Amino acid sequence: MLHINCPFCGLRAQKEFAYGGDATVKRPEINKEVSKEEWDNFVYMRKSPRGKHIELWHHISGCRQWFKVQRDTATHEIFKTAKMSEEIV
Amino acid sequence: MQKYSVFSLIKNAFSDHQNWEVAWKDPTPKNEYDVVIIGGGGHGLATAYYLAKVHKITNVAVIEKGWIGGGNVGRNTTIIRSNFMYDANARFNEFGMDLWRNLSQELNFNVMFSPRGIINLAHSDAQMNAYARRGNSMRLNGIDAKLLNRDEVKKLIPMADFSDEVRFPIFGGLMQPSAGTARHDGVAWGYARQADSMGVDIIQHCEVEGFDVESGKIKGVRTSKGVIKAKKVGLCVAGSTNILAEKLNMTLPIETHLLQACVSEPVKPVLDGVVTFGAGHFYISQSDKGEMVMGGDLDGYNSYAQRGNLPTIQHVLTGGLALFPFLSRLKMLRTWGGIMDMSMDGSPIIDKTHIEGLYLNCGWCYGGFKSTPVSGWTFAHTIAQDRLHELNADLTLNRFSNGYLLDEKGLGTKTWIS
Repeated sequence: MLHINCPFCGLRAQKEFAYGGDATVKRPEINKEVSKEEWDNFVYMRKSPRGKHIELWHHISGCRQWFKVQRDTATHEIFKTAKMSEEIV
Repeated sequence: MQKYSVFSLIKNAFSDHQNWEVAWKDPTPKNEYDVVIIGGGGHGLATAYYLAKVHKITNVAVIEKGWIGGGNVGRNTTIIRSNFMYDANARFNEFGMDLWRNLSQELNFNVMFSPRGIINLAHSDAQMNAYARRGNSMRLNGIDAKLLNRDEVKKLIPMADFSDEVRFPIFGGLMQPSAGTARHDGVAWGYARQADSMGVDIIQHCEVEGFDVESGKIKGVRTSKGVIKAKKVGLCVAGSTNILAEKLNMTLPIETHLLQACVSEPVKPVLDGVVTFGAGHFYISQSDKGEMVMGGDLDGYNSYAQRGNLPTIQHVLTGGLALFPFLSRLKMLRTWGGIMDMSMDGSPIIDKTHIEGLYLNCGWCYGGFKSTPVSGWTFAHTIAQDRLHELNADLTLNRFSNGYLLDEKGLGTKTWIS
C-alpha cells in the first residue's frame, strides 16, 4: 500500500486517495485559436515515463483537495508532494 | 523439425526422453535482417510466424529483452472471446476465433484451446438492455451470442449467490458459447517453435537500446548484442511501448498501467466457463488444474512495477465474494502483475508510423491475449505489404485526432472514472 503525504492532512494510506493522471499536461489557453494537434496532445498523448512521474492525486476520503505527487513508476517511491499552486522541480 | 505426435512420444520414451530436439535455437544475431520484430511475446512470435508462413519472409529476427513468453503472454488469465459490439473490434476478433480453432493443429502444439463459453452477468434491467443490444450487434457480425435470463444463468453457475439478500442480484447475462480459454505459454512456445523451424531467429536476452533512423527511414536497432540492421522494424512490446516510443521521440495515446491477477488453490470442478461480474470489475474461470483464476481492476496509477499492491486485490476479491461466496474458504495460491499498454479508447493500434519501415502494434489494454493470432496475422500483413489489412484498417494511430475512436466501453486509461 502506498503512503501518500497529503500537503494538507499529512501521511495517509493510499485507500483514502484517488488517482488523477499526469499533472504536467497543460490545457490549451481558452481565448486562443487551438490547433488540432494541441487538443490531441492535451486529450490523448501521454509520455508515461518509467521513473519519475509528476501526477495528480485527489484526497477523496479526506480533505477532498487535489494535489501533485512526484512518484517513481517502477519502484513506487514517492519523492515529493505539493499543493496545486506549487511547482515540483 | 521434429513432429510432435503419439508416435514420437513413444519413440522417445525408449531413450528416456533424452533425445528430443530443442524446440527453438539460440542463435547469435546476424548483421542484417529483412524484418526485426521487437518483443518476443505472443504477438511478436505470432507476427514472425505469419511473416514466414503467409508472406514467405523468413529473414526475420524476434528480439526479446527477457525470455520468450515471460511477459504478458505468461501473465494473463487466458480468456479468449470476441464479444465486441463495434464492427471493427468484432470482425477483428472473430477472425481471430477462427485462427484459435485450428491453432493446435496448425502449430503441431497443443495450446489447449477450450471453448467453454463466457457469461457477462447483468444486475439491472438497464444492463440487460445494454447486453441485448451488444448481443444483437454481435449476431449481426456472425458471432454467437445468447441472452440468458436468471434461471438460465442459475443452471450454468449454480454456485453463484442467488439468494434474496444480495446487494446486486443476478438479472441474467450475455453468453458467448464459443469463447473460452487456452494454455497461454503454450501459445508462445508453439509460435516460437514453428517460426524457428521456418528460419526465424529468436534472440533472447537482447535489449533494445536505441534506433537508427536516417532521413525519416528506419535503418536498424541498437541492442545489447550490437547493432542489427533492418529494412523493417515492428514494435510488439505491450507495456514497454512508451519506453521505446521515447527513444524514437514519439508520444503515443498510451499510458502504462499495472494489472494484477491471482489464483486460488486447486479444487474440484465447480465452474465450467468464464464468468464476469457486472456490478464490479471481477472475472473468474477455473483452470484445468482446478485453480480458480481471477482478475479485475487495474491498480489505477501509472506503473511499470510488474508486481501489484494489496488494496487492489482486496477490492477485486470483494466483488468476487459478492458473486461467489464459496471463494472465502479458498486459500490464495499466488498473485502477480503485468504491465499494460492502455490506449485512450480501450482498443488496440496496429498501424504504420511516420517513420518509414517502422510499424506499431500496441494499445492492447488488458485484452491482448485473445487477439494473439489475429494480431500477428494482421501485423505480419501490415509489415509485409506496407499497408493495413482490412481487419486492422480502423485500428489506426490517427483515429484519436480524427475522432474515429473505438471506445467500446468508453473507458481507456481513465479507469478512475468508472
